[in-house]
Amino acid sequence: MAILELANISRNFGAIQALNDVSFTLEAGQVVGLMGDNGAGKSTLVKMIAGNFRPSHGTMRMEGQDLVLHRPIDARKHGIEIVHQDLALCNNLTAAANVYLGRELRKSLGPVKILDYATMYKRAGQIFAELKSETRPRDLVQQMSGGQRQAVAIARTRLTNPKIVLMDEPTAAISVRQVAEVLNLIRRLRDQGIVVVLISHRMPDVFDVADRVIVLRRGNKVADKKIVDTSPEEITGLITGAIATA
Amino acid sequence: MTTTLDKAIGQKQQNWQTSVLNSQTFWVFAAVVLACLFLSFATDSFATPKNLYNITRNVTFVAIIALGMTMVIITGGIDLSVGSVLCLCSMILGVVMHAGYNIEIGIAASILTALIVGAFHGILIAYIGLPPFVVTLGTLSVARSLAMVASGNTVVFEFGPDHEKLLSLGGGAWLFGIANPVLYMIVLALVTGFMLRWTRFGRYLYAIGGNEHAATLTGVPVKQIKVAVYMISSLTAGIAGIVQTGWLGAITTNIGTGLELQVIAAAVIGGAALIGGTGTAIGALIGAALIEIIRNSLGLLGINAFWQGVFIGSAILIAVLFDRIRNLRLNK
Repeated sequence: MAILELANISRNFGAIQALNDVSFTLEAGQVVGLMGDNGAGKSTLVKMIAGNFRPSHGTMRMEGQDLVLHRPIDARKHGIEIVHQDLALCNNLTAAANVYLGRELRKSLGPVKILDYATMYKRAGQIFAELKSETRPRDLVQQMSGGQRQAVAIARTRLTNPKIVLMDEPTAAISVRQVAEVLNLIRRLRDQGIVVVLISHRMPDVFDVADRVIVLRRGNKVADKKIVDTSPEEITGLITGAIATA
Repeated sequence: MTTTLDKAIGQKQQNWQTSVLNSQTFWVFAAVVLACLFLSFATDSFATPKNLYNITRNVTFVAIIALGMTMVIITGGIDLSVGSVLCLCSMILGVVMHAGYNIEIGIAASILTALIVGAFHGILIAYIGLPPFVVTLGTLSVARSLAMVASGNTVVFEFGPDHEKLLSLGGGAWLFGIANPVLYMIVLALVTGFMLRWTRFGRYLYAIGGNEHAATLTGVPVKQIKVAVYMISSLTAGIAGIVQTGWLGAITTNIGTGLELQVIAAAVIGGAALIGGTGTAIGALIGAALIEIIRNSLGLLGINAFWQGVFIGSAILIAVLFDRIRNLRLNK
């Protein structure tokens, strides 16, 4: 059964057509690689599913229901989590504060609600342990390595039980060992029945972990194939335009 | 393996001693204490009840506004209008009470004025996207001009039927001989400190100052928070204006001229970085205290008042340089 269904999605920014009539469905327990050159429309598509902006045309349906997202918080409510390319971290806050940013845990103190530091530190620590990342909840993100920063951003998706996790270039800026960790994490998410959309430039990562690959070029979907039915060479050709469509 | 991972995750990077020693606020506080000790021994007039009463009361007006300014600066903004807003709010209070209305209506009108000015700033900055510097620079001019219009540029010193109430509100000492303005400052500082440390609103201020884009992406209501923070800043200016009116017993259209620079200086000396993301309520108070002690001590030590700017300016530079050096060391 389709978790998310996109039908004839278009989006333009003034005269620029960022996405043109894109349709596909996402099914449970799949890792889908979303590939394309810079400016192909990957980020636009991701931001639309994340609720950062709405399609100019077309509809999104989630588990058969129409999905209209006004704000990022709406996407979360529907079980869509996103790991942004720049990780969307605040350097001046602690790891735990970043994990819980926008959905802080609070407890009642008389008539007011105050931040529940203890529980947030504890939960964030547990999530980092699950992710097997040496990241300390009380440390400022400012002083963290690329892998730790990635762990903080990924930890956000573990606060709830999402149906879809969108990862925008999760392996772009981290070490080889950490890439393997992130890919393992993606597999763990998939095994729980979560759809993972992996936006990546790195062909080996996509072929390592994805079940399916969708290729965008200049805002158009030019391919949607199972990984076993294609090859890195074909995908490269599709991305650059050497192969028109497949 | 698991135990080492858990240990690593549970470890704290700094204990509280090192974090205290690393904070700019602590060192500014140390400077304040040292200055007080020095002045107590060097002069006969510093550690007298009368002088201490004056200092604590003088600190308050800058400190109260510095609390609001610190919140604005934490978000990465600035509010240059506070001196003029203080003047406008004082004048509205004075004019309304002079016209025969009671003190409650006067204060309500004054507070409402402050909130409207703050909301105006916030909407232009958050929703229209104008730079805070420019918006509040505009109001710096507009608010003082409106105060002149409201009063006909006269001195207001008769406050109608509740005249005495207003003077006692600002000039009295209702609790243990502590000047009332000081009590207001302490209460407002506690509220501000609580908001910054313990509420979601406070957390969002730091998040916006740290990375506004990230805050937006994670669903922080950035625009609403910004409107709220400029309203709070104007509100603190309005409160300071009301208290100062009661203390002085008269309002001219000159009050609060140049105050914005003292307030920003207090916030910055107290550890608020103008790029946003850092600052505390206690820092605002300590910054304001250092400025007032410099002013006070120059007088007591018989140093020409023309030197005041040099000393306050140096304090700003030293505090910021200290923070810069500390950051360089941390990032090595």
